[in-house]
Amino acid sequence: MNPILIAVIIVSAIGLIAGLGLSIASVLMAVKTDEKVEALRAELPGANCGACGYSGCDGYAEALAKGEAKPGACAPGGAEMNAKLGEILGVAVEMTEPMVATVKCNGTCDHVQNKMHYTGVSSCKAANMMYGGTLACSFGCLGFGDCQQACQYGAITVINGKAVVDPDKCTACTACAKACPKSIIEMMPKERAYAKVVCSNKDKGAVARKVCEVACIGCTKCAKVCPHGAVTIENNLARIDPDKCTACGACVEACPSKCIAL
Amino acid sequence: MNWTNIITIVLAGILTENMVLSKFLGICPFLGVSKKTNTAVSMGIAVTLVMLLATAVTYPIQIYILDRFGLGYLQTIVFILIIAALVQLVEIVLKKYIPPLYKALGVYLPLITTNCAVLGITMLNFTNERITNYPEALFNALGAGLGFLFAMFIFSGVRTRLETSNIPESLKGLPITLVSAAIVSLSFLGFAGIVG
Repeated sequence: MNPILIAVIIVSAIGLIAGLGLSIASVLMAVKTDEKVEALRAELPGANCGACGYSGCDGYAEALAKGEAKPGACAPGGAEMNAKLGEILGVAVEMTEPMVATVKCNGTCDHVQNKMHYTGVSSCKAANMMYGGTLACSFGCLGFGDCQQACQYGAITVINGKAVVDPDKCTACTACAKACPKSIIEMMPKERAYAKVVCSNKDKGAVARKVCEVACIGCTKCAKVCPHGAVTIENNLARIDPDKCTACGACVEACPSKCIAL
Repeated sequence: MNWTNIITIVLAGILTENMVLSKFLGICPFLGVSKKTNTAVSMGIAVTLVMLLATAVTYPIQIYILDRFGLGYLQTIVFILIIAALVQLVEIVLKKYIPPLYKALGVYLPLITTNCAVLGITMLNFTNERITNYPEALFNALGAGLGFLFAMFIFSGVRTRLETSNIPESLKGLPITLVSAAIVSLSFLGFAGIVG
């Protein structure tokens, strides 16, 4: 027989056997996948950020299909996408309020003192292990940018030794908050106007003032001037309740160290 | 069966003729999935499994079909066809019976379809003078797979150390990875000659 014909026959026979084997196997060992899960997964942004509280987009889609989770918890997707999830599931969506990451520290290089000359690994986590980091303030932003690296959206940049969040890019996925060894990044409401204390220093006033010019010294002036009772002082640190605050600006004016921002 | 020969074959596969570090096959997963130790090890195990299966199927096909009809020149194309089908089959079987392993291997399993280390070992079985029969070919595949696993494991350790080192800006990322891969490969040169 023609050798070319033999080659063609043998290769096609092997191909045919492999193809048949695969198709038989796929029919015999078919795994039922929930169509709902796939539809939900297709809608989710695929950032696998974990803001919803599940291991990733796959986990959230599965939990949604099982009815364990409610649509509306996906921060990166936004209201529109969460509404679509609700459509697929046939339930009404209660969208969680849009949030934005807020760095609760005002200590740029101009304001805060350094207590050491650090030449180790360039990461906040590593620096924090060395006597709580380079800053004299043991609560402030170290500025090595662990949060910047953790952010998938490029929303955080370290400017002048302090992390700054771009609210337009931030999706409140909480990746930065988890990466921050000082735990000074908090998710705050995005679209409402309110005053916030941009400091996390819980030391007594004199100590705090000594290490940083713009530290909250717990003087209670803001609490006294607030007409709505939105300010509380806890552990020498003022805290403003965004739900009570009307952004009147009285506390901002009263603050002697200018650590309250609107 | 000659056990000394088999031990030699397995040791050679792991050390002196290491797939990645001496033969430079399968560099893609070696650089691509060696960032974390667990994924590197999963990939290594998957490759070992597929190498064994691929050899188990391709060796008889070469001997009983290709050689008999004088079709040696079709080796590459037939082997690729068989490996691709085999990997798909393994994927289907794992998905059905061992879902945790399927999830752990994830995208690496389909990636192996085009892994040149797998194709390499099935073809090298016929050029290696130590291999004369079917069991020896299987042990050769096992040795090569373990060698791949070993290389992945070592290199993932090197890369975790790289993560925390201060690297010059221009060398960050792939350049420093390639440099360290070269150094790891150099260290394997020290094994040359210990296996006959």
